[in-house]
Amino acid sequence: MIAVDDLSVTFGHGSDAVRAVQEVSFRVDEGDSFGLVGESGSGKSTVLRALCGLLSDWTGKIVVAGRVQGRRRARAFHKLVQMVFQDPYGSLHPRHTVDRALSEPVAIHRLGQPERRIEAALRDVGLDPSFRFRYPHQLSGGQRQRVAIARALILEPRVLLLDEPTSALDVSVQAEILNLLNRLRAAHGLTFVLVSHNLAVVAHMCGRLAVMNRGRVVEAMPVERLRAGEPERPYTRQLLQASLGYDRAAVDRFLEFD
Amino acid sequence: MTRTPDDGPLLSVADLWVRFPTRKGVVEAVRGVGFEVGREKLGIVGESGSGKSMTGKAILRLVPAPGEVRARALRFGGLDLLRIDEAAMRKVRGRRISMVMQDPKYSLNPVMTVGRQIDEAYRVHTGAAAAAARARSLEMLRAVRIRDPERVYRAYPHELSGGMGQRIMIAMMLIPDPDLLIADEPTSALDVTVQMQVLAIIDDLVTTRGMGLIFISHDLNLVASFCDRVLIMYAGRVVEACRAAELPLARHPYTRGLLGSLPRVDRPGGELPVLRRDPAWATDPAGAGGR
Repeated sequence: MIAVDDLSVTFGHGSDAVRAVQEVSFRVDEGDSFGLVGESGSGKSTVLRALCGLLSDWTGKIVVAGRVQGRRRARAFHKLVQMVFQDPYGSLHPRHTVDRALSEPVAIHRLGQPERRIEAALRDVGLDPSFRFRYPHQLSGGQRQRVAIARALILEPRVLLLDEPTSALDVSVQAEILNLLNRLRAAHGLTFVLVSHNLAVVAHMCGRLAVMNRGRVVEAMPVERLRAGEPERPYTRQLLQASLGYDRAAVDRFLEFD
Repeated sequence: MTRTPDDGPLLSVADLWVRFPTRKGVVEAVRGVGFEVGREKLGIVGESGSGKSMTGKAILRLVPAPGEVRARALRFGGLDLLRIDEAAMRKVRGRRISMVMQDPKYSLNPVMTVGRQIDEAYRVHTGAAAAAARARSLEMLRAVRIRDPERVYRAYPHELSGGMGQRIMIAMMLIPDPDLLIADEPTSALDVTVQMQVLAIIDDLVTTRGMGLIFISHDLNLVASFCDRVLIMYAGRVVEACRAAELPLARHPYTRGLLGSLPRVDRPGGELPVLRRDPAWATDPAGAGGR
């Protein structure tokens, strides 16, 4: 479904140039869920932004659903690939009702039957149709993220790109959203690319994952290897160790990785 | 500094209430919380809106107006924090109880060098001369494991990473050598490895100086592995208190629900149990209604 080869992204010029992503390659089959894990500045979100066309300055090759993608994306691409962002407080227009947020993609893509689609999308994400005429400030964080997911799903995409979809939420709400995403993936045969700093979330959601550090993929592996605690690279092992909780003795063994 | 762990609690809080009058009636952010802190690491865990941060602020009398703080007792050492005047309170804040906030981006002054800010924290409380303060600040930067203290001393906050910023906050809070440190989500803006390194610094300082620590966090696993004791807060109340190591055996349905809703690296995916909130938890701190 998705094939990324030698993707590189550089910001700035000359001596100020920052190589945010360097020669990243991965493949995601249709219906799979792929995770990109890393700490801040590892380039994981930049990969996602290049993939969905939010960035134009990249080199390499991106193929989605059999089509080689250029710097500008056709409208059909955005019907196929939709994105959900981290912060549901920032990604919904504060002065637009849920109804307006959901009608806009329908109108842009001239899909027709907005009423039916909006109600179906709200039902899909577990919100009552009465939420249609509410404003974001009348919703909790979890409800807002459900609206953001509904907005992505209303175009019936085949790929959902998820950028830290639950890191702004409380753990009990996170569990609800993760369950919802898994249910939607099964129901609609969606392909996921999930970016997160949280190894547990990625281990829970994904079949395969790639660990990134300083713009490069450190290693890619099936989730079983992570669960068994057997990543190959020292960087990944350290990340896993740190994710399991505080251990005074382990901290002294931490290394810097370049 | 030699302090014995059994010289009584540093801080005792009994029946603490924080109320905010609003147009729609009174909002009770903290409702009858009581606990004691000795020279140990006490964790306070809860979700957003549980009242955990307000509890920390109430101890330092930092609850913003129009909030009201009431308590049966709020004692620190020999002081009654409810009664002493503002001048006496200023001597407690920073000097004897200090607080580290979540995000160094907002807690550090962007137009002052790091060194001047740490110096100020020391000189305000001790009246030391500039040269002495500088020497002490550099020493403190080394204590929080800043590799190049001279450079960082001269740097502005925007020139430093988040992890460094948070270490500087910790240096600043520890330089007056307080008896109690209140850390409100001190590491949640940091990457997980940096988070562990910053916690190790706090841990070592608590151990070597015999300080008390109140560690406020939303992260159950982290608190369970880092603290000695844990209080779980829900809707302004403490619903459960236990030894951190015994958290996996927690009995209250809210604590159990929170623990269950965490995805884990070492467990296969599938449906996560979703927390079903029982209105009785808000009124019945013992959790008998949920059992």
